[in-house]
Amino acid sequence: MSLEREPEPSSPPTAPSLPMDAAPIHAPAIINFVAASEPVAQEGPPSPIRQYLSARGNGGLADRTFAAAMLVCALSIFAIVLFILTILIARSKLSLAQFGFGFFLRSAWDPVSGDFGALPFIFGTLTTSLLALAMAVPLALGVAIFLAELCPARLRAPISFLTELLAAIPSVVYGLWAVFVLVPIMRDQLGPLLVKYLGWTGFFGGYNFGVGMLTASIILAIMILPIISSITRDIMLAVPVSQREAVLALGATRWEMIRTGVLRNARIGIVGAVILGLGRALGETMAVTMVIGNHPEISKSLFAPGYTLASVIANEFTEATGDMYLSALIEIGLALFLVTIVVNAIARALVWAVTRGAPARSI
Amino acid sequence: MGAGIDVEHLNAWYGTTHTLQDINLNIPANHATALIGPSGCGKSTFVRCLNRMHETNPIARATGVVKMGDLDIYKDASPVDIRRRVGMVFQRPNPFPTMSIYDNVASGLKLNGFRNKAILDETVERSLKAAALWEEVKDELKKKSGASLSGGQQQRMCIARALAVDPEVLLMDEPASALDPVSTSKIEDLIFQLKSRYTIVIVTHNMQQAARVAENTGFFLNGKMVEFNSTDKIFTTPSDKRTEDYITGRFG
Repeated sequence: MSLEREPEPSSPPTAPSLPMDAAPIHAPAIINFVAASEPVAQEGPPSPIRQYLSARGNGGLADRTFAAAMLVCALSIFAIVLFILTILIARSKLSLAQFGFGFFLRSAWDPVSGDFGALPFIFGTLTTSLLALAMAVPLALGVAIFLAELCPARLRAPISFLTELLAAIPSVVYGLWAVFVLVPIMRDQLGPLLVKYLGWTGFFGGYNFGVGMLTASIILAIMILPIISSITRDIMLAVPVSQREAVLALGATRWEMIRTGVLRNARIGIVGAVILGLGRALGETMAVTMVIGNHPEISKSLFAPGYTLASVIANEFTEATGDMYLSALIEIGLALFLVTIVVNAIARALVWAVTRGAPARSI
Repeated sequence: MGAGIDVEHLNAWYGTTHTLQDINLNIPANHATALIGPSGCGKSTFVRCLNRMHETNPIARATGVVKMGDLDIYKDASPVDIRRRVGMVFQRPNPFPTMSIYDNVASGLKLNGFRNKAILDETVERSLKAAALWEEVKDELKKKSGASLSGGQQQRMCIARALAVDPEVLLMDEPASALDPVSTSKIEDLIFQLKSRYTIVIVTHNMQQAARVAENTGFFLNGKMVEFNSTDKIFTTPSDKRTEDYITGRFG
């Protein structure tokens, strides 16, 4: 049966309650509202809308199909991860059998004698990625804060567009730019300055060719900057105005408002943005290969050449002769996979440690 | 002690909309003053001009003189100064969701760099007691998120947060309109007690509420203040026909 068909009760609508009835004050005469027309009971066949809606069924099947389809999509993620992991392990069996888990801690990389280890590459990947984060995160936060909070409305769209454009540039183009612009600057200007003022730290020793870990880190920082800043900006813009007003109304300055009312509420999302940037830095191959020097060594000096997990695969896969060489390169891929997982896990654990006991993220 | 507010020739705009037109008004110290009027009449804009929140909207501007005591708030002080002295409670409770109840109430002091723990503790307790929330939350002050409280409790926590910075004036923009009747009556009781210490300006849609808590009432219509008088007068013998029409429910 359809409730809509039932006639309204025919009693006249009651007068709205007197605005003053709870207050001990005399109110002037109150005008009663009278409804313009009484609802009339309708007869005849159900309306076309009612017929259409009744014919649609209860949606149970549609809901179940939808839920099942989404479950399949979600499970496919697990399947893909497992599939990749299986292939990596299966194809690196030779090297796994030869070196065991010691592979990840060995420094040798000698294709001629068939002696392989992943440590210099793990070191190169972690060092360049973390250095890149250290450089990019403060800058990206600054860009995001400017775009979300301080930027005049006219400038917001063009700057946001440029930031996102930066994210869309292919990494080989970044690499070319780094080779022709960044490397000479590092060699002739920035490098000597670093030696002069920060040489005492010991991180800027040895000969500076312009290519090396620091150059790779800088190009990585530039590449992950737009990702971190544009996501952070979106997250900051999603913080409700009421939070900003709550802080301002307490007598906060602009910066205090941003810190307490915006960044604090957005912190989980900002960490997510940083993790995405880190993910890109860990896996970045082309631009890094072009400027890192491609030499597997572990050096304290950031001017020294290095090698990353991704770069060595890209550089040597086509020339890998011999089963052991190929197997070792695939195990490097496994190492990259594991490094990414471990780093992400650590980042999540950090977030959890910071926000534990701290309240829900909902606003 | 609260401070009185004198408003002279206050005009406000949002973009090209002239939201407030030549408002003149004296709000007496240590009393509650209610502002009533239909939606969009400018009463919220008016209170937002009293702590210079109006100008935080980039398209908004205001002209005229607003004096708090002898201080011309648009000439002699920065907006940050003014907002430290004029507290505000918003229509929807806006607790800081990442902070505990304690940190929510202490947030005004903490963001101003206040670190003395003994005074912070004492202020949080006093403010929560003043906001009639202390008994309900005292055991979970630092454990529970401000956002985990019920709507009515959140709003009282927001009142406590505003009181913790020891303001002279408390602005309340429809503080009970998002709350159930029980919470509303608690907030009203609170206003009744607070007005001995603070000057309270309350915007409300609810005319009984104005009648219950405020000594004086102003009626706003279409950006103008039609009438300002003692609450008794406004509700029994309004001098303007439009006021009478509004409070008797003929429009709005």
